[in-house]
Amino acid sequence: MACPASSVCPWIRPGVRVQVIGIRSVAKAAFEGADNVFNRAFTPAWNPLCHLGTLGWFFYWIVIVSGIYLYIFFDTGINQAYESLEYLTNVQWYAGGVMRSLHRYASDALIIVMMLHLLREFVMDRYRGSRWFTWFTGVPLLWLVFACGISGYWMVWDVLAQYIAIASTEWLDSLGIFGQSIARNFLNNDTLSGRFFTLMVFIHIAVPLFMLLVMWIHIQRQRNARVNPPVGLAVGTLGMLLALSLARPALSQAPANLDKVPSVIDFDWFYLVAYPLLDTIPGQTLWAIAGGGSLLLLLLPWLPPGQRRATASVDLDNCNGCGRCVEDCPFSAVSLQPRTDDAAFSHEAVVSDNLCTGCGICVGACPTATPFRRTSELIPGIDLPDLGIQELREKTLSAIANLSGNARVVVFGCSHGAGLEQLQGADVAVLKLPCVAMLPPSFIDFMITRGHVNGVFLTGCADGDCHYRLGIEWTGQRLAGERDPYLRKRVPRERIAESWAGITRNKRLQQELRTFQDRLRALPPFKRTPHRSTGVRAGEAAEHHA
Amino acid sequence: MPKALQYFGQFIAYALFALVVGYFATQPAYTHMDPDKALIKMSFSHAGEHLQECRRLTQEELNLLPPNMRRPMDCLRKRVALLIELELDGAILYRDELPPSGLAGDGASTAYRKFPVPAGSHHLVARLRDSRREDGFDYEQAAVVTLAPQQNFVIDFRPELGGFLFL
Ligand code: HEM
Ligand code: SF4
Ligand code: SF4
Repeated sequence: MACPASSVCPWIRPGVRVQVIGIRSVAKAAFEGADNVFNRAFTPAWNPLCHLGTLGWFFYWIVIVSGIYLYIFFDTGINQAYESLEYLTNVQWYAGGVMRSLHRYASDALIIVMMLHLLREFVMDRYRGSRWFTWFTGVPLLWLVFACGISGYWMVWDVLAQYIAIASTEWLDSLGIFGQSIARNFLNNDTLSGRFFTLMVFIHIAVPLFMLLVMWIHIQRQRNARVNPPVGLAVGTLGMLLALSLARPALSQAPANLDKVPSVIDFDWFYLVAYPLLDTIPGQTLWAIAGGGSLLLLLLPWLPPGQRRATASVDLDNCNGCGRCVEDCPFSAVSLQPRTDDAAFSHEAVVSDNLCTGCGICVGACPTATPFRRTSELIPGIDLPDLGIQELREKTLSAIANLSGNARVVVFGCSHGAGLEQLQGADVAVLKLPCVAMLPPSFIDFMITRGHVNGVFLTGCADGDCHYRLGIEWTGQRLAGERDPYLRKRVPRERIAESWAGITRNKRLQQELRTFQDRLRALPPFKRTPHRSTGVRAGEAAEHHA
Repeated sequence: MPKALQYFGQFIAYALFALVVGYFATQPAYTHMDPDKALIKMSFSHAGEHLQECRRLTQEELNLLPPNMRRPMDCLRKRVALLIELELDGAILYRDELPPSGLAGDGASTAYRKFPVPAGSHHLVARLRDSRREDGFDYEQAAVVTLAPQQNFVIDFRPELGGFLFL
């Protein structure tokens, strides 16, 4: 039920839509506000709030490594398990004890970052349209993470484990699908048998491995998916966990004794937060809540207000199969395939409509999307139907036509960043793109070296948190000459400014623009390079930017 | 921001995170059951009598059946629901009908119930009807039990061992 691009969904009342969007913008501003605080201490590159997914992976690996160590010493018999952990904690505290604490605390930290990650992706609206897949595959991870944690506490076989074993099996029994009551395995010490415990040990090893597979599937549609946090953040996080492990080692509670009912239990609220409900509501109700909630999460990408941008389309006459769009698409939506026409190139770009988010980053990567081209029609190899590169050139030229002064600036911004309207002025023109990385570097060249403006100002999402994942990064690399197509050396860099302001830093954005204009005024007038023939066709275009 | 101040900020952030993790990993404690109480846990699985008595088929009736289906007894599969009653210190603690399991109602009835009660001495009676009789019970077990705080007192039912077991 996706809406056509930029239109209002007809099937929900406008008021409702405004309300949903209103709550989301408040939540988005809250996240950005927190980002701003963290950016100061961590810098945008290390901001943990922008690395929740990678931190999840990092904590996962800590859990795996510490888990392997524990398993070497763990005795899987129900009567020996407790003793073997006591040995690790008390005798081998410096290694086994630390590993045990790391195992526990990294698991808890995983819950925190996973929940924040879920909330953030939801609030930042990165789960709908073609982006449904990553969200959808995240939902089973919730169940798997909880299954890992709960089975883990079971293996300690202390009173907490006893409580968990009884509450969990009673909850499973409430489903009514098991022929025999599983909870009867834990009736009292006489009836206790080790067989269910052995099953738990197996589950606690098998589920994390299966989880790795699902985590891998989860990021399959992300090009250049980041799975490792930046080194600084990794070191800091590991250091924190180590310090916590030494300061407050993970301990067992009293050994399980089925003849005595656990009454006051030290509780891991990260994993067990729903368990107390089982003492007040029927198990089946909790199944309905958990199942219904998961189903709702699964369906969320398709619930209104839906939105879907028009997808990119390839024009074969202008595509030389260079593959830059494939390299730059953050969603693996373009691929190179054997040529279907009789052009002299071996490959052509093909867009998968299912995967394309309509961000336009591929257009910014295509060497044929250059405003210098003098063909009557400017049709690049790949283009967005709702904002073609030709239209962008025309809009830009008409927007700057009436600018005056010696600090004339064109601002290219994105529709997910700060409010652009208030930047407009007598010497400032504003153009809004789906993503700034839609802008081919040649556009900047064109605007400055042809003297259309005195400077170009780029703005968009908050640094480190591009709505389309890689837009800011690619833009930076293109300007720095590290990524094809790069901005030519002849373009004076002092006439370009970037400000990744997000939606919360409007004032700062305006301030930076003013500062930039002051800088432009102080510069000696720019000497236009003599007009050379730069009209290119597809094949030559790559060379033009090399 | 000066580098030193940045590191200090990071330190604060890590410390707060560690504090949250370290605290909620074990605290606050959860009171699952009042420590002054004991728990009576009743759990068993038992098949009631068939709803109708089996009937021996006559030779004529057997002849009408295909040879591989000729069983001498004709039994209706459905079983009666069990009637269970627990009495504590003269008052009815629990009384329920436990329907047979299975689509055809031919499986065992199961019970799994927990009753937190004050610790101390109690007069406990358990009764069960598993037959087609209209009133009264087929099994009854009474005892004066002294329950320690947090004791897990199990009521099981094993007809082969004589009926109710107080464990
Ligand atoms: C163990 C738990 C999880 C881990 C380790 C994890 C990890 C990741 C990673 C590494 C990325 C890619 C980041 C990037 O390079 O852009 C990602 C993206 C994402 N994840 Fe998760 N994730 C987990 C759970 C979840 C859950 C529970 C949900 C929601 C139900 C979710 C929804 C998403 C979404 C919507 C994206 C972004 C998709 C996009 O940008 O198009 N994840 N996750
Ligand atoms: S617009 Fe281009 S870069 Fe963006 S998702 Fe579609 S194909 Fe990929
Ligand atoms: S010419 Fe443009 S559309 Fe064709 S492969 Fe290269 S970048 Fe993609």
